[in-house]
Amino acid sequence: MQDLLYFIQQLINGLTIGSTYALIAIGYTMVYGIIGMINFAHGEIYMIGAYTSLIAITGLAALGIAWLPLVLIVALICAMIVSSSMGWAVERVAYRPVRGKHRLIPLISAIGMSIFLQNYVHLAQGSRNIGFPALIEGGFQFGAEDSFQTSVSYIQIMIFATTLVCMTVLSLFISRSRIGRACRAVSQDLGMANLLGIDTNRIISATFVIGAALAAVAGLLLGMYYGSIDPLFGFIAGLKAFTAAVLGGIGSIPGAMLGGLILGVAESMTSGYLSGEYKDVVSFALLILILLFKPTGLLGKPEVEKI
Amino acid sequence: MAAHNLKHALFCAIITLVISYPILGFNLESEGTSIILEGAGATTILGVLLAAVIVFLFQLFRDSVMGSLRQLPAINPLANRKPMEQSKRLRLESTLLTLMIIGALIWPFLASRGAVDLATLVLIYIMLALGLNVVVGLAGLLDLGYVAFYAVGAYTFALLSQYYGVSFWFALPIGALLAALFGLVLGFPVLRLRGDYLAIVTLGFGEIIRILLNNMTSLTGGPNGIGGIPDPTLFGMEFGRRVKEEGNTSFHETFGIAYSGEHKVIFLYLIALVLAVITAVAIRRLMRMPVGRAWEALREDEIAAKSLGLSRTAVKLSAFTIGAFFAGFAGTVFASKQGFISPESFVFLESAIILAIVVLGGMGSQMGVILAAIAVTILPELAREFSEYRMLIFGAAMVLMMVWRPQGLMPMRRIHIELKRQE
Amino acid sequence: MLEVQNLSMRFGGLLAVDQVSLDVQEHEIVAIIGPNGAGKTTVFNCMSGFYKPTGGKILFEGREIQGKPDYRISRLGLVRTFQHVRLFSRMTVVENLLVAQHRHLNTNLLSGILKTPNYREKEQKSLDRAAYWLDRVGLTDMANRDAGNLAYGQQRRLEIARCMVTEPRLLMLDEPAAGLNPAETKDLNQLIISLKEDYNVSVVLIEHDMSLVMDISDRINVINQGRPLATGTPDEIRRNDDVIKAYLGEA
Repeated sequence: MQDLLYFIQQLINGLTIGSTYALIAIGYTMVYGIIGMINFAHGEIYMIGAYTSLIAITGLAALGIAWLPLVLIVALICAMIVSSSMGWAVERVAYRPVRGKHRLIPLISAIGMSIFLQNYVHLAQGSRNIGFPALIEGGFQFGAEDSFQTSVSYIQIMIFATTLVCMTVLSLFISRSRIGRACRAVSQDLGMANLLGIDTNRIISATFVIGAALAAVAGLLLGMYYGSIDPLFGFIAGLKAFTAAVLGGIGSIPGAMLGGLILGVAESMTSGYLSGEYKDVVSFALLILILLFKPTGLLGKPEVEKI
Repeated sequence: MAAHNLKHALFCAIITLVISYPILGFNLESEGTSIILEGAGATTILGVLLAAVIVFLFQLFRDSVMGSLRQLPAINPLANRKPMEQSKRLRLESTLLTLMIIGALIWPFLASRGAVDLATLVLIYIMLALGLNVVVGLAGLLDLGYVAFYAVGAYTFALLSQYYGVSFWFALPIGALLAALFGLVLGFPVLRLRGDYLAIVTLGFGEIIRILLNNMTSLTGGPNGIGGIPDPTLFGMEFGRRVKEEGNTSFHETFGIAYSGEHKVIFLYLIALVLAVITAVAIRRLMRMPVGRAWEALREDEIAAKSLGLSRTAVKLSAFTIGAFFAGFAGTVFASKQGFISPESFVFLESAIILAIVVLGGMGSQMGVILAAIAVTILPELAREFSEYRMLIFGAAMVLMMVWRPQGLMPMRRIHIELKRQE
Repeated sequence: MLEVQNLSMRFGGLLAVDQVSLDVQEHEIVAIIGPNGAGKTTVFNCMSGFYKPTGGKILFEGREIQGKPDYRISRLGLVRTFQHVRLFSRMTVVENLLVAQHRHLNTNLLSGILKTPNYREKEQKSLDRAAYWLDRVGLTDMANRDAGNLAYGQQRRLEIARCMVTEPRLLMLDEPAAGLNPAETKDLNQLIISLKEDYNVSVVLIEHDMSLVMDISDRINVINQGRPLATGTPDEIRRNDDVIKAYLGEA
């Protein structure tokens, strides 16, 4: 019984983390689907989202506003605006001028951007950890009082619910809206979409903005969950999210969700049963294995090499 | 058109404010257990506003600004210069190179100990960058975990000396070969992957190796690292004040000169210099050999290369392995120079710096990479007050180079091959 | 020397090539023609090892080669060009030819680094071969230009020269005349015949320029919608009702 409860606890933790990975992974998968490049700076966009929401929360507290729903919504909106603008600007400055050049060039530009943004926040806000206030405390407990108890905190429930809402809205947006349809057209064939009068530049910008907004949501949620942030934490989370995107099949939005959840569970199981030190090793190893044996991921479509 | 420009310029200026003001304008400060927000100083705020104004003006007059920028190269006095004759240029180049090497040999005896120590570090970076240049610049494989091979070289020497008392000269080839072996073994499965996947996977490998070094505490000392790594000896002569190893003599006693800590520093510098020259010469030869041409061919067009009978795996693997070999070389020297190593020295940032050197210098260009290694290592030391901006500038420089000058500051020059005329 | 038997290639639900057979004898020029999308290049891709055929056999000098890796097939002496020229654009013209000869220069790394006499001799030989072929296709003056900077017709010729320095037994040309002007096409015509006559190379080519095909081919295979339609000498093909119908139908 105890073992089962312990297992369930790991599962819940894994699903929580995994769903935030999925949120970040959307940004990778959409950008990759449309222009075929890895947006290395995406992890930094997420980190900036976390910082902005913390700044907003602290600012509201200084103004004496403490009504929780308002604080959360204002923080969320601020984070989304700043991250989206950042996503837009990054694409304009670092990616658009090198689009269509030898594939190494956009990639190096992206790495440069990632380093730049990391240090931008580092210089502005310092390199140390900053505590993130636990706005939502408490939760449910299961199991006998005197032995191991499985707990589900409210923040975990909130993370899971927010992710579900975001994913649903995104899927509807992609399938129903005009921009969403254009997105799909551009990801099928950029040149053709251009000929058909779709403003591809606009669509590509929109992709970056949407991805960044979702990353900002993840930034706020994970900031509250972990309780502290620092300028480096976007880098590893970005890598994890990228792994999730690849795992699910890069270019596929349901794939990002699935990949995120699997990765989150795999990590929390490693921490729970092996050692927390090795959870990064496990996710990198998972990435390498999936790329070697099924590079199209679980839900991705195979690519035919054109000659 | 003007109205559209104005709207766009306004939009860009607002975006500039949005992405800079919240992050730069407010500082999060910890106060006890709680955090408070502090407004930034007036200069910062002014800077942010100024940036927005500049972006606004630039976007507003974008067409005319870009137009006049395009006129600039015409003013460049070198543009109309005729290319130098082949034989003359070769002679000039070899004279310059000889002078540089002679200078590099004499210089340390006149300079301060700190300067020589820094120069050794520069040489280590030159070795690393030349090695990575093979992988990224010539073969076109973006390796983001290059620092892992550097770590293998360094840890090989550290562990061998700690457990078996192996000296620098034995550890040097072992470290390099072991790094090459790592390259071979890690490279074999991953080189089938497409370019961007390869980048991520190598990054993952680099991190895995670092995490393992950090956690295998009983073997590697974990985060505490390994200390007491011996200095190199010269024919059994040690450079310390007292001889540590039995059977060795000490340098200053043998030659009957006074002990000086500088001897060791200079000696290490000279070793690094010789190794860097060997690295440069060997890679230069490789570039002119079939294997070097095969690397470039694969970078240019994989399908065409395969259609001519080049084995993709073999060619990529050779580049990966040779790159790793020289990283191992550099790692051994680094361990010996520091006398102490820990996983801290082998983080991703280090890979990024080496990559930045290759990109700035010009992918494929040896001279460019060497000059960039010197600049990237020395400039932050000269301008210490700016040293915290180092990585910020690197990042920005990488982006700017890719946008404006992807071939680097000193692009690779093709080798001119004289052919016999057909009768 | 080359025999393709009932070759089939399926991509998901699409049967791009269906039961195509053809053969090439020593000292022969064979053309594959057919409307756009007939599957000609797919046949080439199977023959040169870029695709693994889903059915059928390919025999080269009696050995089965279907499904072998591309670079191994090329080493057997079966070398191809591409519909859209594929040069190593940022390498010079000579270097393009030297890359192709890496096999003749099979020396170990150390002898190259140390420049042993044996290595120098081999290197000189491959330089001579490159010089010879540059002269042969009229590109000697371009030897040290970047291949990407050549004019289109020159790029086409360089691609053929690059195949020839590998000393192939069978050359596969994918639309060699595409994008060439009439004068260049005429030169190409002579070059291909000379490859057969003077260098004893068999040629398989895909081509849309009918006058070129009819002029130089010994035999022609017609493919339509992935299926073989007819085989025969140029004269037989000219009179074949199915072929006329297929072409008129397309026009």
